[in-house]
Amino acid sequence: MTTPGTVVKRAPRVAAIFLGALILAAIFAPVLAPYATDALDLANRRAAPSLAHWFGTDELGRDVLTRVLFGARVSLAIGLLSALVSVAFGVALGAMAGYSGRRMDDLIMRGTDAVLAIPRLPLLMLAAAVLQPGVPALILLVAAVGWMETARVARAEVRAIAARDFVQGARAIGATPLRVVLRHVLPGVIPAASVATTLAIGRGILLESTMSFFGVGVQPPAASWGNMLYQAQTTMTSEPWLAIFPGLCILTTVLACNAVGDVLSPFDPERTA
Amino acid sequence: MIRLILRRLAQAVPLLLVISAIVFALLHAVPGGPLAAYLENPNVRPADIARLREAYGLDRPLLVQYGSWLAAFLRGDWGMSFADGRPVLTRMLERLPATVELAGVAGLVALLLAVAVAVGSAVNRTFDRAASAVAVAGISLPVFWFGLLLQLLLAHRLGWLPSSGRTTFGDSSLGDRLSHLVLPVLVLAFVQAAAWSRYLRRALREVLARPFIRAARTRGIAERDILLRHALPNALGPFVTVVLLDAAMLASGAVVTESVFAWPGIGSLFTEALGKRDYPVLMAFLMLGAAAVVLLNLLADVVVAAIDPRLRESA
Repeated sequence: MTTPGTVVKRAPRVAAIFLGALILAAIFAPVLAPYATDALDLANRRAAPSLAHWFGTDELGRDVLTRVLFGARVSLAIGLLSALVSVAFGVALGAMAGYSGRRMDDLIMRGTDAVLAIPRLPLLMLAAAVLQPGVPALILLVAAVGWMETARVARAEVRAIAARDFVQGARAIGATPLRVVLRHVLPGVIPAASVATTLAIGRGILLESTMSFFGVGVQPPAASWGNMLYQAQTTMTSEPWLAIFPGLCILTTVLACNAVGDVLSPFDPERTA
Repeated sequence: MIRLILRRLAQAVPLLLVISAIVFALLHAVPGGPLAAYLENPNVRPADIARLREAYGLDRPLLVQYGSWLAAFLRGDWGMSFADGRPVLTRMLERLPATVELAGVAGLVALLLAVAVAVGSAVNRTFDRAASAVAVAGISLPVFWFGLLLQLLLAHRLGWLPSSGRTTFGDSSLGDRLSHLVLPVLVLAFVQAAAWSRYLRRALREVLARPFIRAARTRGIAERDILLRHALPNALGPFVTVVLLDAAMLASGAVVTESVFAWPGIGSLFTEALGKRDYPVLMAFLMLGAAAVVLLNLLADVVVAAIDPRLRESA
């Protein structure tokens, strides 16, 4: 029987399957998309959703479903890669802070506090406005404002693990600090790092969409879910489908990431300070 | 208590110095430096640029420039806006009341909502499941898109509320101002309440699992009193910290919400300045935002120590 309880229990699995399907859809976008990316159908501009154009068409007669599929490539790539970069950086810094001496620890953690205190989104928007990045640089920028929480979590984990007997043992038999960290300490950080990665994917997608919405993210003619919304906001009252479908994609994808992250997380996902 | 405040202040100063260095470095990472806006302008001759560089002292070593920039910033001299030539401080101050109004009302609504939802979740399992699902959706929402949808539905389609601005031109009645507040407050408060209710719900569950709650039950205290008088105050302690820290983070939320609803606050000043590459305004915004975060951090430590004696020792 399907009670609300079983729905909640199944939600993470459904979310994981959804994310997998979405990634496949993005990879195979050229095969799946009903139209060519920039095929203009000038007789069929601003068409409402129909059987020929499931998500409607935009002001140039481009198929919105096709653009959403290709936009998924950009948005997901930014989310996934920025999450990997930021978590790798965060874990590396956190491990250094947690395993090196007191002074290194203080230096790194005060630096982390400083970056954490600058409002994330305005900082990112300003940096993007100044540097006018392409997609690869955008990935690095999004990662650059997302490593701080991971660094804190990783530092706490590393300190806890480093105090355990098996680590002391490894040090006693003369393993170098680098070997101790890589072989004995870091594997214990993997669970926390995977939670951080899932949540960072969702956050990265949100940040990209917000930046693109304000015109400082992914630049047209390339499609991302965020810049489709940027283009949609002026004509939203007459062609709401242009705004609804890309937004729904962002919402469901980020929701799925957060649902998966919640399940993986044995500790508080939002506040790790 | 005074020692705690002094110690925290002593920690805040180096933190603010590091932040100011980051912000200053950003300004100089701009291609063309702080005069980028003039470099792109064909009407400004190279000779004028050289003159401006000298006038602004941009030919001096970076460290000297940083020192004089910081000194001027502390004196309240935040430079002139590129957009209209007026002092940055003046422009920010005239936008401040609108942001305080919006963020204040939204913060209050979010707070009440979060407490109500967390208490409701502790009482009823079905409500808990529904509320948790809504809250996850709330933290996953692209804020600007949520704002656009509400604008589309409630303002354009149904015509119940004004779609943007703080007042209707020529109408300064209270009703008009309140009706303009509804949509932006709804967006900002919903997103914030989603995050806060998740946190408070978790804190409340942890407290409810502690032995003193079972002891209260065995003493025959009513379930309602246990929840509201024994459990809730204990969960609110750490929650206060979270609320105060997020109060500063409303700065990020305000940028998006104010811009979508054309709310004339500091957040929309930021996006306007972004479009015009008005660096002095952007820098001042980042510095102010960071300073607010650091100061609220400090305030949070003090408030928590004041209301929860257990934390006074460890602080």
